[in-house]
Amino acid sequence: MSLFLEDYHRGDAIALGTHLFTAESIKAFAAFYDPQPFHLDEAAAKSSVFGSLSASGWHTAAVWMKLMVAYELKLTTEILARGETPGRLGPSPGFRQMRFLKPVHAGDIIAYTTSVRATEPWPGRPKWGLLLSDNAGVNQRGETVFIFIGRVLVERRTPLAQK
Amino acid sequence: MLTFSAFPPGHTGTLPPKTVTRDEVLTFAREFDPQPMHLDEAAAAKSLLGGIAASGWHSCAMLMRMICDGFLLDTASMGSPGLEEVRWIKPVMPGDVLTATYTVKEARLSKSRPDMGVVRMFYEVMRQDGETVMTWDCTHFIGRHLVSGTGSPPYREPSRTAGKDGDPVPDTQSAAPPSP
Repeated sequence: MSLFLEDYHRGDAIALGTHLFTAESIKAFAAFYDPQPFHLDEAAAKSSVFGSLSASGWHTAAVWMKLMVAYELKLTTEILARGETPGRLGPSPGFRQMRFLKPVHAGDIIAYTTSVRATEPWPGRPKWGLLLSDNAGVNQRGETVFIFIGRVLVERRTPLAQK
Repeated sequence: MLTFSAFPPGHTGTLPPKTVTRDEVLTFAREFDPQPMHLDEAAAAKSLLGGIAASGWHSCAMLMRMICDGFLLDTASMGSPGLEEVRWIKPVMPGDVLTATYTVKEARLSKSRPDMGVVRMFYEVMRQDGETVMTWDCTHFIGRHLVSGTGSPPYREPSRTAGKDGDPVPDTQSAAPPSP
């Protein structure tokens, strides 16, 4: 979404692509960041609440970011190729209402989406505004496994008038 | 091994410190968040963060590991339904030493699974100068009992549906994007 804040409209939706969660990648992520037995070991996972090896929720979330950044890069490249200037993305002050609705098991293929929820002013930064997004991951059975509301600063094409 | 009863409302603790290394910041960013502000010194110096900084998702992953090492690996953890809010307040830079505290805000039994407790936890992560860099308002599922020999609660068909135990779940339906 390397556009300016003014270019975002509620409901604009983007398919970010899919990601296969292999057992190896689930265990590799877990070993560094979330070494709970059900993320790390098939046998332990079988006797756990998850029933089989499952990805850390942070792994599921980090892959959303990976696909989002790839989309941004593609869009920025296209905008530059047209001879236009892309809007800059700033940092994120955080996110809200992240839900892990279903486990992501080894072998699952998750399709990620993002859509525009709203744009808001950001106090003290007239050249920037806050973009709120509704984000989701859906598995190959059509089950939504993960949702959250993203919040990120986006450059304005026209700065707000200072009070 | 800790069970639900070890996490009453008001219970607090600290997590083991974590030193943020440049290598780890770059490794995480290359795989999951390859934006210049996390990878490129020259570009990062011009960004709003003022220097190369860890991805916020990396900060989350680092806190998750601190929680695991602090108590969760010694707890009858049954996963998490999610987080109400994560705030990225200050950048986390290579060389920072992170410490964290946790406070139980609410603890109740699950309505759908009598063997499980629902623990709402607030985490605050500080860096070496005392500044708060990140907070989490997060929910843990924690077993009430252990099954002898397994070290974790027994498997049952999960009923991990939003709204049942991941409270409060305001607006969850409207948070889902329209089907493409």
